Amino acid sequence: MKIWYKGWRPALVLILLFIIWEVSCRLFEIPKWLLPSPTQILLEGAAGWPNYYRHLTSTIGLAIIGFLIGSSVGIAVAIGLHLIPKLREALYPIIILSQNIPIIVLAPLLVIWFGFGILPKLIVITLVCFFPITVAALDGFRQTSSELMHYMKMAGALKKQIFWKLEWPYALPSIFSGLKISATYSVMGAVISEWLGAKEGIGVYMTLASSSFRTDRVFVAIFLIMVLSLVFFALIVSLERMIVKWKPKGDGKGRD
Amino acid sequence: MTKLLIENLSKSFGESQVLNQLSLHVKEAEFVSILGPSGSGKSTLFQLIGGLYSPDSGEIRLDGKRINGKTGSISYTPQSPSLLPWRTVLGNILLGGELVGETDEAAALDMINKAGLKGYENAYPYELSGGMKQRVAFIRSLLSPQSLICLDEPFSALDEFTRLEMQNWLLSVWEEDKRAILLVTHNIEEALYLSDRIIVLSEKPTQVKKEFIVPFPRPRQAALLLSEEFLHWKKKIYNELRVIM
Ligand SMILES: Nc1ncnc2c1ncn2[C@@H]1O[C@H](COP(=O)(O)OP(=O)(O)O)[C@@H](O)[C@H]1O
Ligand SMILES: [Mg+2]
Repeated sequence: MKIWYKGWRPALVLILLFIIWEVSCRLFEIPKWLLPSPTQILLEGAAGWPNYYRHLTSTIGLAIIGFLIGSSVGIAVAIGLHLIPKLREALYPIIILSQNIPIIVLAPLLVIWFGFGILPKLIVITLVCFFPITVAALDGFRQTSSELMHYMKMAGALKKQIFWKLEWPYALPSIFSGLKISATYSVMGAVISEWLGAKEGIGVYMTLASSSFRTDRVFVAIFLIMVLSLVFFALIVSLERMIVKWKPKGDGKGRD
Repeated sequence: MTKLLIENLSKSFGESQVLNQLSLHVKEAEFVSILGPSGSGKSTLFQLIGGLYSPDSGEIRLDGKRINGKTGSISYTPQSPSLLPWRTVLGNILLGGELVGETDEAAALDMINKAGLKGYENAYPYELSGGMKQRVAFIRSLLSPQSLICLDEPFSALDEFTRLEMQNWLLSVWEEDKRAILLVTHNIEEALYLSDRIIVLSEKPTQVKKEFIVPFPRPRQAALLLSEEFLHWKKKIYNELRVIM
């Protein structure tokens, strides 16, 4: 309800944009292979469903598996680094540094090492997914209120109890921020990994489309990726709503 | 008979010495208040008793056992309520016992009712007023299994009306089940109204400056606050504190 109410302004901008796009395409008679108009893309999107739906399901499956592995690894790494401070000092800078290697550069290497199977693809998605979660979770653990920490210690809590009863729940909102970012990255990661060489997937569909100048299909692929990312994001948000119930609702904003 | 015995306790943070050879004791079922200027190390004293830090020198004994640097021996209510935001009222109250593996939900619910929090068992802390949160923190302390309760300025964040109401409530609960209580406050009236004995601390480096035995009979009534004798005692302690501050 609220999201419709709040979302009318961006929606209006989008609609305006599409109208300008449509009108320009018709007015200047831009050829379809150069820039298809929104209606042409829409028609292809509707008519091409039997063409791309198995690509779509393949990418969804890959992204979900990759995301689950990536976020588990991310959370495990964060817990490990948090509980063993020496490890954190040694590894944290390296983890940050590793993010400066573009995944596109790494991908061919992964193919050389691991072939064209599912393994290098999952590694790519894991690599893009784990970082936001690790950083967010580590931040969450470290920000644990010192007041509550004092209380838990004085009450005689063991290290294990402090972690599970205090630090973990305290970090949950941060972890969810990380998960939201990773969930959208996982779709991108899946598409990139499919470019490495795959039999099916949105990435494959996109490559085929662009090499045969079916620009309308390239746009369909782009919209599919956007919609998928949004759906993943929304799923994490609703999961967060279900789990993090202790926050005041409405946060004071949302007036318009 | 002696619950808590502190002997020649010293503690410094870096260059600054906070506690200097401080000694005091609390007897079984005794309500003792500590009055001291702010920054004199009252919270530090509690953190030492609670085992968060170890003293530089001196002894802390509970029931005769040395508890220097040992956590979990006291039931502690910090200056702010310090409730876990993701736990309901009931969940927070059960926490103290849960940490040592013994929870009593029936006792917790009974206490919640007595504290006028009926219907809020499953509310989260953000849904409570300041006074209600403080009450939950009290109940958590009272239901924790440890035998000495340490309260660090528990009323200081409350408004005047809520404060008196909470003080009376605490007294009524305590009269029923007398455990040793050590209360930190900088409010003279509060110390007089609640305690059996008042310990006045000096400025840093802190020692015990003076001790008063409060003569008022129990159970205490709010009318006491307006009596001639109460005022007389208030002046007496005020003069003692004025020399320090
Ligand atoms: N962890 C700490 N590290 C360094 N200094 C501290 C620490 N805790 C307290 N102090 C210092 O010790 C003194 C006493 O603090 P505190 O015990 O909080 O006083 P009070 O509770 O009586 O107001 C203050 O000067 C404070 O700056
Ligand atoms: Mg203090």
